[in-house]
Amino acid sequence: MFKIRKAEMLCENICQQVIEAPRIAKTCEPGQFVIVRADETAERVPLTISDYDRKEGTVTITTQVIGASSYKLSQFKTGDSIADITGPLGQPSEFVNEPIEEVRKRKYLFVGGGLGTAPVYPQVKWCKENGVDFDVVIGTKTKDLLIMEKEYTEIAGEHYHLTTDDGSYKHKGMVTSVMDELIAAGNHYDICVAIGPMIMMKFAAKTALDAGIHTIVSMNPIMVDGTGMCGACRLTVDGEVKFACVDGPEFDASKVDFDAAMKRMALYKTEEGRAYLKAKEGDTHHGGCGNCE
Amino acid sequence: MATDVMKKVPVREQDPKVRATNFEEVCLGYNKEEAMAESERCLNCKNARCIQGCPVSINIPGFIEAVKNEDFKKASEIIAESSALPAVCGRVCPQESQCEGVCVRGIKGEPVSIGKLERFVADWARENNVKPEVKAEKKNKKVAVIGSGPSGLTCAGDLAKMGYDVTIFEALHKAGGVLVYGIPEFRLPKDRVVAPEVANVEALGVKIETDVVIGKSTTIDALLDEEGFDAVYVGSGAGLPKFMGIPGEQALGVYSANEFLTRNNLMKAYRDDYDTPIARGKKVVVVGGGNVAMDAARTALRLGAEVHVVYRRSEAELPARVEEVHHAKEEGIIFDLLQNPIEILEDENGWVKGIRVIKMELGEPDESGRRRPVEIKGSEYEIECDTVIMSLGTSPNPLISSTTKGLEINKRQCIVADDTTGATSKEGVYAGGDAVTGAATVILAMGAGKAAAKGIDEFLSK
Repeated sequence: MFKIRKAEMLCENICQQVIEAPRIAKTCEPGQFVIVRADETAERVPLTISDYDRKEGTVTITTQVIGASSYKLSQFKTGDSIADITGPLGQPSEFVNEPIEEVRKRKYLFVGGGLGTAPVYPQVKWCKENGVDFDVVIGTKTKDLLIMEKEYTEIAGEHYHLTTDDGSYKHKGMVTSVMDELIAAGNHYDICVAIGPMIMMKFAAKTALDAGIHTIVSMNPIMVDGTGMCGACRLTVDGEVKFACVDGPEFDASKVDFDAAMKRMALYKTEEGRAYLKAKEGDTHHGGCGNCE
Repeated sequence: MATDVMKKVPVREQDPKVRATNFEEVCLGYNKEEAMAESERCLNCKNARCIQGCPVSINIPGFIEAVKNEDFKKASEIIAESSALPAVCGRVCPQESQCEGVCVRGIKGEPVSIGKLERFVADWARENNVKPEVKAEKKNKKVAVIGSGPSGLTCAGDLAKMGYDVTIFEALHKAGGVLVYGIPEFRLPKDRVVAPEVANVEALGVKIETDVVIGKSTTIDALLDEEGFDAVYVGSGAGLPKFMGIPGEQALGVYSANEFLTRNNLMKAYRDDYDTPIARGKKVVVVGGGNVAMDAARTALRLGAEVHVVYRRSEAELPARVEEVHHAKEEGIIFDLLQNPIEILEDENGWVKGIRVIKMELGEPDESGRRRPVEIKGSEYEIECDTVIMSLGTSPNPLISSTTKGLEINKRQCIVADDTTGATSKEGVYAGGDAVTGAATVILAMGAGKAAAKGIDEFLSK
C-alpha cells in the first residue's frame, strides 16, 4: 500500500495526488510514467509522472476520471492509501541524458493540451532548474478545465502562454494558433515537446514540423504490465513495431503513425466505438478501460 | 482398486463439456485411496532413475514409500527437502519427459503417476496445515532475488533455509510470476494453490517487495553498493512477446498470448467484479503450438469462443505437452495444422475480421532436427475470425541486462550463466530460469534457482 500525502480535485474531472513512493521518487526523471492500481479489483493504469520530490520521497500523479478505475482513484482522500504504484517506467525525456551544455544551446517549445498539462510540467521545471530556454503553451477546452495555472505561472512567468478553445480565458483558440503566433513573431525553437490528446498532438506536431522544428510527442496507449511483457502498447514508429512502455513513451513525432494510433483510441472515445467495444468485450467491459470519456 | 497393475490409477477430471464453460480446475487429483493404490505400483528401485529425471532431484521413491505407509506428513517433508512448490509442480511439470519418462514401470506399461502423487501429498499438507520448518542459524548476509516466479521462489526458499536474509523484488503487484500471470486458473488455481505456496516461502523468512522493477525503480548495482546486499539472483523470466511481422498485426483484436493471459489471470478479467476488460471473441485464432498457445486457446474457449489453433508444423511437432493438447481437443479446440498466417484482415473499424493462411508441408529437417515446414504455393485461404492471439514465444527483456554493468549476454540477448552454479560474468550476481535459457518450463527454472542457491552459498561462504 502507498500512502496519499495529498489528494485534490483540480477541476471537475481531473484529480491530483501526491503519493509516498520513495523508490520511484529517487530515480524518476521527466518523461517517465508509473502504473497505478487503485485497489484489488482495479485496472493497472499508466500515468505520466507530473511532479516528484526526491527529498520528500513523493511522486505526483494526475488523472482524468474516465472509467471505473480512474473514478475509484479520484475518490481517495488525503491520508488514504492506494494498492499499488510501480515505476518509474519508460525512457526519460532525451534532454535528461544529453550533455547539459548542448541542451543549454537550444530553445524548447513545450505544448500541453488538457490532461497533457500535467506531464509537461516536470519537463518545464527541469529546464527552469537547469537554465534551459523555453516557451510553454497550455491549451484547454474552457476555463473551468484549466489545471496547474499557479505552478506554471511560478516557474514559467512570461514564457507561459495560455489559450482556451472557447475563449473563456486568456487567448482564444487551439494550441496550434498560439504556436503559429509565437513562430510568426520570430521566436526560434530547436525542439518542440507536445503532450495531450492524440488529435492535439497530431496537429501540434504538424505545426511544429512545418516550421522545421524537431518534435517529440508522448504516446499513452493502453498498457497492462508496463514493463514490455504484454505488447498491448505496440505502435508503428518509422515503420517498425515499438512498445510505448519500454521504447517510449516519447517518440519522434515525424515518425509516429498518428492515424494508426488514433484508430485504436477512437474506439474508446466515441459512442459508437464504446458500443462496439461493449459488444466485443461482453460483460467484461465495465467502462474501466481508462480511455472512455 | 487398481485392477491392472500395468496402468495408472485413473485421475478424476471435470467433464470436458462442463469445464469448457468454467475456470474451475480441470484435474481433480487423487483422493487418499487412489493415491495409496497408485503408490503400490512404485517398485522402489534402488538406483532410482526418476530422481535423476527430476530437475530438483526429489527423493521420489522415498515420498511414495511414505504414501504407501499412509504417512503423508513424512511424504511432504521428503518433498520439501527438494522443492518449495510441490502443489505447483504436481500440476504443471512435464512429468512424461522427466521423472515418469524414465520410470521402470513405463517400459512395459504406464509409469507410476508421480506427478499426481506429488500433487496429492502437497494438497494434503496444505489442507492439514503442515508447513516447512526453518532450522538454520542466521547467517547475517543479505541476498536479493529478482522475480518471484518459480525460479526466484525456489532460490529464495533454499537460501532462507540456509539462514540467509532474503528479499524478493517483484515488478508486478502480485508475487508468483508466470504462476500468477501466465498459467490459467483451470490448470493452477491461484488462491487455493499458488498463494499458499508463496506464503510457505515467506514463512521461511523470505521478504517479498512487490511493485519494484529492477532496472527502473533501482538497479542491481544499487542493490549491491547502496542497499547492502551481498549477492543477487536474477530470475526475471522470459520477456517481450514476439509478433510475426505480417500485415494487419496492429489491427484491433490482435493480442499477444502474454497480454491475453495477463488480462485474464493476473487482472482476473473473466470475473465481473474486476475492472479489467478482455475481448470475448466469437471466433478466435491462436497462432502457435506451445503450452502457452494451449493456455490461451482454452481460456478463449471458456470465454465463449470457437477456437482454432493454427500451427505451421504437424501434430507430432506440437511443442505443447501431450496432456495439454489432449485436454484442449477434448474441450473442443480445433487444430488447423500445417498452416501459417500470412496476413490479418481488418474491417472498416480496424477490427480483425479474418486471417489469411497458407498451407504447409514438411520438408528436410532443420537445425532443431524437426522437419522444416515449407509453403505450398497457391494454397492460401481465409479463416473468418474476430480475435487473433499470437503465441510465438518471447525474447528476453533488456531491462536488467542493459542497466547492470558487466553483465554478459549472448547472441539471443539471454544472460550468460554457469549451468551448475548460476554464476554470471559479474561477481556476486547469479541468474537462472527463462532469463538465461529463454522460455522453458517451471521445473527447469526451479532447478536453476536451486543450483544458484548452492552457488550463492558457496560464494558467500568463501
